Amino acid sequence: MTIWREHLPALLLALPLLGAFAAPVAGHFGSRARNVWFVSITALTALVAWGLWQQVSASGIVVYVMGAEHSRLTLPSGMALPVRILLEVDAMSALMAFMGAIAALAGALFSVRSMERFSGLDQFVALYLLLTAGMLGMEITGDLFNFFVFLEIASVASCGLVAFWRDRPEAVEASFKYMLLSTVGALMVLVAVAFFYGRYNTVAMAGVASHLQLGLAEKAALVFLVSALAMKCGTVPMHMWTPDAYAEAPAGVTCLLVAVSQAALYGLFRVCFTLYGASLGSSAVAWALIIMGLLSMFIGVTMAVIQKDVKRLMAYHSVSQVGYMLLGMGVALLVLSDPQKMAAYGAMALQGAVYHLFNYTMYKGLLFLVAGALAYAAGSRNLNDLGGLGRRMPQTAALFVIAAAAIAGLPPFNGFVSKLMIYESSFAVHPLLPVVAMVTSMLTLASFVKVFQTAFLGPEKAALREVQEVPGFMRGGMALLAVVVLVLSLFPTWSVGSFVEPAARALMDRAAYVGAVLGGGL
Amino acid sequence: MIGNLPYFAVAALVIFGLFGAIFGRNLVKIAVAVSLVEAATNLFIIALGYRNGGSIPVFTQAGGYADYMVLPTPQALTLTAIVIGMATTALLLSLIMLLYRHYGTLDVREIRRLRG
Amino acid sequence: MRPLSVIVRTVCNAFAWFVAVFGVYVIVHGHLSPGGGFQGGAVVATFMALLLVSHGATKCLGWVRTNFFYAFEHVGLLTFIAAGFLGIGVTFFYNSLALSGGLFGSAVPLGPNGGSLNTSGTIALMNCAVGIEVVGGLSMILLYMVQGVFHIDKPTLRGKEEAGHDR
Repeated sequence: MTIWREHLPALLLALPLLGAFAAPVAGHFGSRARNVWFVSITALTALVAWGLWQQVSASGIVVYVMGAEHSRLTLPSGMALPVRILLEVDAMSALMAFMGAIAALAGALFSVRSMERFSGLDQFVALYLLLTAGMLGMEITGDLFNFFVFLEIASVASCGLVAFWRDRPEAVEASFKYMLLSTVGALMVLVAVAFFYGRYNTVAMAGVASHLQLGLAEKAALVFLVSALAMKCGTVPMHMWTPDAYAEAPAGVTCLLVAVSQAALYGLFRVCFTLYGASLGSSAVAWALIIMGLLSMFIGVTMAVIQKDVKRLMAYHSVSQVGYMLLGMGVALLVLSDPQKMAAYGAMALQGAVYHLFNYTMYKGLLFLVAGALAYAAGSRNLNDLGGLGRRMPQTAALFVIAAAAIAGLPPFNGFVSKLMIYESSFAVHPLLPVVAMVTSMLTLASFVKVFQTAFLGPEKAALREVQEVPGFMRGGMALLAVVVLVLSLFPTWSVGSFVEPAARALMDRAAYVGAVLGGGL
Repeated sequence: MIGNLPYFAVAALVIFGLFGAIFGRNLVKIAVAVSLVEAATNLFIIALGYRNGGSIPVFTQAGGYADYMVLPTPQALTLTAIVIGMATTALLLSLIMLLYRHYGTLDVREIRRLRG
Repeated sequence: MRPLSVIVRTVCNAFAWFVAVFGVYVIVHGHLSPGGGFQGGAVVATFMALLLVSHGATKCLGWVRTNFFYAFEHVGLLTFIAAGFLGIGVTFFYNSLALSGGLFGSAVPLGPNGGSLNTSGTIALMNCAVGIEVVGGLSMILLYMVQGVFHIDKPTLRGKEEAGHDR
């Protein structure tokens, strides 16, 4: 086992890729072999992500150079800049990879049973594992062009999965819209990477970060990167694809799509804090992020309250929750160069944003899986057709209550802790910011009370008399996420101390990120 | 000034492509416009690697053959970008075929069942 | 719509085979001259495209099954990831075959030269793997698109209806 500890970052990428490439071969031996392959690959990936997180929290930033004579040899034979593709895992990357791997495992457990009736499952498993590989690659890479490649892998795989039910015209339309926006956004990222290559003759993140001087090309690259990555998260001026794509994809896939958009948000964190950091100059980008966050929060939740389709409602809530993270990130970015204010409320804002990211991936994945379970059992996603399911599906109802309380920010649950951190830190910037955040929180609670009352409580509908509880595998996938939500809720101090605080500190510590690569050699 | 001609071409292609993607009314024209933006980006990366008077980057320790080489890294980056562009174009065209089967039209203004 | 003229169909039929040979040349010489896996694979896929143009969709679909190209694709992908795992003792994707005297293991000749095919280790192996994969993938894309355009239903799908909705 100690031999493999050195290769954990590479294994984290190689395992899902191997799984994706060999999935049709496994499917050749029957559907049971394919399901076993699917679940075991995602479970192994989650184990590797956990091992990598432990290694990073024990020994600091882990650097892995693909194809070198030694896995940490970034600057061979006296070169000034790294030449090979490198993976650089600090505490933030390890946290994101762990979170993504758990979401992938939960979605896989759920999909094994919920997609049984459909054909083309070999390709479904291959695309799902490719999407996992793309997401994990985005999170642990230390190279900007490699980030673009994994971003495109994830986009193409997710568009294929959104259009999986291809005899539904809405699914194909959603996939087309998503593909168009993703392609144009990713091309903007590529142009920004080309700007960096043209100026500094390197595409490694640490190399660019150490030599960065703010000129016209860097400002243009910053605009391209921020707008393209914010588009991938579902931020307000560019959020039109989110409700369509999240609603039309199969439920297990939506659980993973949530984690994939958080990987793009991780990219935004990396660009703003590590690549540019204190050399951002003016506070224009920070205020732009704060304003985009406020707009996302408000518009997301107001559009969500009026929806009748359960998954579309939850997708609009996705848009609004991303607004919270952008608000926390903008506040931290605003005071990044002022150490006193940073210690007073900036660090708390960044921790709030990172903790909210973790919480959001877990409870939003759980919400989408519950919506998928409702659709599987009752046959419809429209709230007008559902009613009184709480008696027949008690476990699903209990899981829904956990997730809804977490997203609404009710006190024992984890959503409350992260939202409180964001409220307190944004109050120090301007009193209006937490007011908008709290109004959003109240509207979130209102819409989830509406969903709970409509779908689970109330008189039983005649058409739903034969409904049964969903199969065990689906409940297993949902229970995995619910257990993580409960652990984060009941032990907030431990969670923040061991997961969130090292991640936030790693984001602020630009010198360590650069030094781990350029300090180079053995 | 003449050395900057590739970059002017890149700017022109990006403007045409974005214009077509935003204001295009036929789905196939939108896909072609996205393909144009991809071509512009690839041209941009390749043009960044050129060095005046450089030779092709194929020989090892070429000695007196040439003073310096053209940079090879942007060529590798562009190849990867071309492959990715081909994959997205293939997916876009397949989705357009499916959309035509479902909606019977290629007009972007008619394909709006998901609203609100 | 008028069918294509005899000249076009005959020339495409004849050139398809030359294009296939040229494509294999581009794949195998990827580490020496411009080319490589994807480029050569795309050239070989034009073999399929030229055959489709010259003989028509129905005839071509009668000759090949898409499973044939699936096999190409999977062999290529699995060889690629296996080549990555070959050097796992040192690092992932380490070039353990280069300069080792075995397959693709000769030393690279210095200075301007004609190029020696037996060099560069796992790079050449991965070129071939990607080439095979791209041939399979692009040919499949062409065949599926032609099926989609002309609404040719494959006989295996008839009778097994796909339920596309949530229920």
